[in-house]
Amino acid sequence: MIQAEESVPGWRLLVPAPAEIIWTLIFLVIFALVFMRFILPRLNAVLDERSEKIEGGLKKAEEVQQQADQLKDTQEQELAAARQEAASIREKARADGARIVEEAKTRAETENERILAAGRQQLSAERTSAEAQLRGEVGTLASDLASKIVGESLSDDERSRRVIDRFLDDLDQAPTATR
Amino acid sequence: MGRPCGAHDPGRQRDRDCTTIQADPQPGTAEPKRPRASGLAAPTPGTDARTPPRRPREIALNTSDATGSLLAEGDSFFHVPTIAEFFPDAILFEGTWFEFNRVQLVRLIILVVVLVGMSVIASRSKLVPGRIQSIVEILIEFVNTSIIANTLGLREGKRFAPMLVTMFFFIFAMNLGGVIPGLNLAGTSVIGMPLLLALWTFVTYLFFGIKKHGLGGYLKHETMPPGVPKPIYALLIPIELLQVVLIRWASLTIRLLANMVAGHIMMVVFIGMTQALLFSGSALIALAPFSGALAIGIYGFEIFVAALQAFIFTMLTAVYIQMATADEH
Repeated sequence: MIQAEESVPGWRLLVPAPAEIIWTLIFLVIFALVFMRFILPRLNAVLDERSEKIEGGLKKAEEVQQQADQLKDTQEQELAAARQEAASIREKARADGARIVEEAKTRAETENERILAAGRQQLSAERTSAEAQLRGEVGTLASDLASKIVGESLSDDERSRRVIDRFLDDLDQAPTATR
Repeated sequence: MGRPCGAHDPGRQRDRDCTTIQADPQPGTAEPKRPRASGLAAPTPGTDARTPPRRPREIALNTSDATGSLLAEGDSFFHVPTIAEFFPDAILFEGTWFEFNRVQLVRLIILVVVLVGMSVIASRSKLVPGRIQSIVEILIEFVNTSIIANTLGLREGKRFAPMLVTMFFFIFAMNLGGVIPGLNLAGTSVIGMPLLLALWTFVTYLFFGIKKHGLGGYLKHETMPPGVPKPIYALLIPIELLQVVLIRWASLTIRLLANMVAGHIMMVVFIGMTQALLFSGSALIALAPFSGALAIGIYGFEIFVAALQAFIFTMLTAVYIQMATADEH
């Protein structure tokens, strides 16, 4: 051990031997060349490509987001327009309905009136015909009665009074029936 | 010899970082002390030669454990690591300018593993990352945001990002060598690597500073901060000049080197001590768990230091570049 210390003086730590420099130079040059010419460019290319992809992806996402926003806007506008249209259609339908009801009502009223008028006309016509018929029948009745009264015995007071009453009843009944 | 742990029986194995522990099996007995670096150990005491045989390569590679040598020698209870650990014997091309030793081997292994691993990750990288790719990307993003964006800014930083990211990964990987079992030595714990990295920083900020301001403009920009009374410049200009041309890169070198060297020595001391206590054969065994806990704590701390030093080195490089290329005050 002591001999070993003697054989390697301390200054050798700081003074390189020629062989040391030559080998180190060879190693360093080989390492630097391979690293800077081949390894780093490859790795950097991959790194750059990745960051490019990520950037592109982010940009695309932004674009898509914008499109989606736009789409949503137009959709909302369309929805509002559709709602408005629906409301106006409803309004119009209601108005139409009211108008139709009104029309139907007036039509029904005129029809009513017409039917009523026709009924009245018919009534009066029937009445005139009934009056005309009655007039003839009353004459016949009167003559019948007269003949009956004359033909019967006048002494029988009781019977004559009965005949007269019956006649009067008939007379009473006749106008009410025809009215 | 130059070996910290002494030579060993080739058949035996020793621990990787020369944290060899020598415990006397019978503390009382007066076994004759043997010099540690004196060749073959216990099993063949007779071959205790003064001239050790050249150590086989596999031992120089340090793939072994310490139990063999534990009882081997009786001269010391605990081997204290020395800086000789950072200067191992050559494996190949000894004596030439291409001497290849264990430190270079560690660096080469780290280099190959990191480059191959990262190339596989990079070539398989997908838009939707897997787990490993995510970790790498987190590290790159960390350098990009907390180092580059904070100092140089995003626009200016783009020019220097490849260099700074490379620097961070390189230093981090080399530092981690110190905590990876089997490697056991940070690639940056020997002066050459921190020095060259610091010089890379130096050349870069000098080049881009002069390119932007011109030589005179750059020196004025760096050494003559505005708003200072004229006489003070006499003092300020030499200091700032020294700072630009020497202190910055020298401090970068020494900071990284010293951290890695100290970290390695600390780990060796505590792990070695734990084992020495555990096999001491006396009441000291009771202390081993505490020492072991401390060793594990320091191991974790070294992982943190590996990342921290990579961060600091890269951060300072970015700051120096920013100072050199900033617009006029």
